[in-house]
This record gives sequence, C-alpha cells and structure tokens, in this order.
Amino acid sequence: MGLELYLDLLSQPSRAVYIFAKKNGIPFELRTVEVLKGQHLSKEFFQVNSLHRVPVLKDGDFILTESVAILIYLSIKYQTADYWYPPDLQARARVHEYLGWHADCIRGTFGVSLWTRVVAPLIGAQVPEEKVKRNRAIMDQALQQLEDKFLGDRAFLTGQQLTLADLMALEELMQPVALGYDLFEGRPRLAAWRGRVEAFLGAELCQEAHSPILSILEQAAKKTLPVPPPEAYPNMLLRIAKIP
Amino acid sequence: MGLELYLDLMSQPCRAVYIFAKTNGIPFELRTVELLKGMMFPVFLGEPVPPETLAATLAELDRCLQLLEDKFLRNQAFLTGSHISVADLVAITELMHPVSAGCQIFESRPKLAAWRQRVEAAVGKDLFQEAHAVVLKAKDLPPADHAMREKMRPLMQVLLK
Repeated sequence: MGLELYLDLLSQPSRAVYIFAKKNGIPFELRTVEVLKGQHLSKEFFQVNSLHRVPVLKDGDFILTESVAILIYLSIKYQTADYWYPPDLQARARVHEYLGWHADCIRGTFGVSLWTRVVAPLIGAQVPEEKVKRNRAIMDQALQQLEDKFLGDRAFLTGQQLTLADLMALEELMQPVALGYDLFEGRPRLAAWRGRVEAFLGAELCQEAHSPILSILEQAAKKTLPVPPPEAYPNMLLRIAKIP
Repeated sequence: MGLELYLDLMSQPCRAVYIFAKTNGIPFELRTVELLKGMMFPVFLGEPVPPETLAATLAELDRCLQLLEDKFLRNQAFLTGSHISVADLVAITELMHPVSAGCQIFESRPKLAAWRQRVEAAVGKDLFQEAHAVVLKAKDLPPADHAMREKMRPLMQVLLK
C-alpha cells in the first residue's frame, strides 16, 4: 500500500495538503473523510487518528497528523523544489515564523464561519450574533497583521518566492470567502498576492480543490448537504461552544 | 551585536526559548520585556471568575492533559520518543502555567509527573527552577491598580467568554 492521504476538502489544512501533493505530482490514494457526515468520529477512523481530525498521512505503517508536519514530510521525502521549504537557514526560519503565528492567529479564527453559517443551522444550534461580529473583528485584525508584517511589499509571505506559508495562508483565507465574506475586497495588496499564489499553483488545480467549499452555501440553501448523524452532535456542539 | 533574545519569563514560549538557549550553551544577550504584570487575572483584577467559566476551563485543561498522555507521551520517556526534543520544552513550559496558577495538574497524573522529572533532569534542575522562578511567584503579586484594571477589562471580557 502506497501513500494514503485522509482528507476532507471542506477543511482548510486538508486542501493545503491536497494541492501540495497534486502540484508536485506525488502519487497517493485519496481517502475522503466527510466531516459533515461525522466520518471523522467513526471507529475505523479512530484507528487512523484518535484525535478525530483531518488531514492524516499514512505512509506504510507510518501515520502522521498535523498539516504542517505532513507538508514538511512530503517536501523532504519527495524532494520537492527548494522554494517550498527553503534549505537556507534564515529563509526556512521565516517559513516557521509565519506558520507559528498562523497557528495562533489564523487557525481557528478563519474557520469559524463554516460552523456559524452552515453547521450550526444544520444541527439546530444557536450562535449569538455577538460571536459572529467578534469573529469578524478578530479576522480583520489578523488580516491587517498578515498584510503589514508578513506580506509587506514582498511578492509572497516570507520573501520573493512562494513557500508552504503561502499555501497554508491561502487555504485559510478562502474559507471565509466561500462562506460569504470577500475579505480580498478593499485589500488590493492581499488580492494581488492571492492572484500570484493561484497563478503559481494553477487555475485548474485551485478550482478542483476549492469547488467543494465554494459550493457549500448553495448546497445549504438547496438543502442538499448531508445531515450529520446524531452521534456527531456532541463533538460539533463542543466546537461551536468554543467560539469566543 | 551578537544574538539578542527578547523574552518575558511569564510567557510559556519565552521560557522554552530561554531554557533551550541556556541548556545548549548558546551565548545571547537577554532583553527582558514585561508584557503584563501577572497572569493571575481574578486575583489581579480583584474580581472572581464566574464558576461556570472556571469549571469549563478546568474541564478543557483536563481533556488536553489526557490527550497529551494518551496520544503523545504514551509509554515513551519523552513526547516524541526516547530522547528529549523541543516538543518537550514547549509542552513543559505551557504546563507549568496552570501549575503557577495553583492547579496541581501533576498530582493526579503520575505518568505526566514522571515525564516532568525526566525533562527537568535533562535540562538541569537549576536552569528549570531559574526559568520558572518569575511565573511561580505570580500568585504572590499584589492586585493591579485601578488604571491597569480598566485597561485590561476589555481583554478580560474576550478571554473569559
């Protein structure tokens, strides 16, 4: 059995891993884990990841969770082009500098709108409007810091070349966009950066990876989304309750 | 100018960096930055935290500690195997934070307590105590004055939600 990637394209870090593998021609078996159907909570998936999260990499007997760890593992194992994860000490340190801040200030925050706009209504949970407003304010502040500290007047987030940082950032920022907040509007520097990243990755690949999340609101409106099974509710409600 | 490290030993990640540099004999100039004088919010602000919030926080802490034990530590000596790594430094400095707030998290968890001893021994007991001296004294800090309390109120409202 070759490389297996357990992913849900509704998940931002899953998309980053998917795009990276595809762009670099890394052969893998896609194992789709549909979070809306509660598949991440199944007994089978527990054997893969006891933390009930995607993405997960399985390389023979070696199982690895955490998208950043997976991306780095793939870049080294498959000897992808240097620019993704540069060997130069300071250039590499910049990638980790971004990813560290990303983990604190982007992750969690930018994923909230899927939960408030799609999952909560699907399972009949209420989210106070105050939390939605607060999330928007926190995102706006993070975007300002992203632009000012990490992008500046550079082409990409850590310098003049694209790295893993740009891929992770793009996929997070696409989430609120898909959920109705066009955060690139009124932010020409970020919009230009997005254009460069997508051009680099390829329009077709981006379309393929983004289409499930980009069509989520339409599916919700048409009521064609899967209804989460009751056993998924506690996990989902807990996630919703954690929204500040 | 050589290597400079801007640190506040009240901060968990700062402690991890401090311990790493010292235990590896990396020469550096320490530039101390005092972010907030004291993390003991309820005592500091002179206001109690609502019991439901405290209970929820402690439950979440408990859940995380269980995951740390079950998924990462398991039956290994350290978090990623038989040798200490930066993962152990980052984790231990975070865990010392609730300890400094009076949560005896190691008391009921012998596996974690044994791991803590191993980490302390690996970096050096003296260095470990030195890095944590500031935060372990935080409980004894006097409450904030009125101006500071007013400044921190909006932050508190977000953090305690």
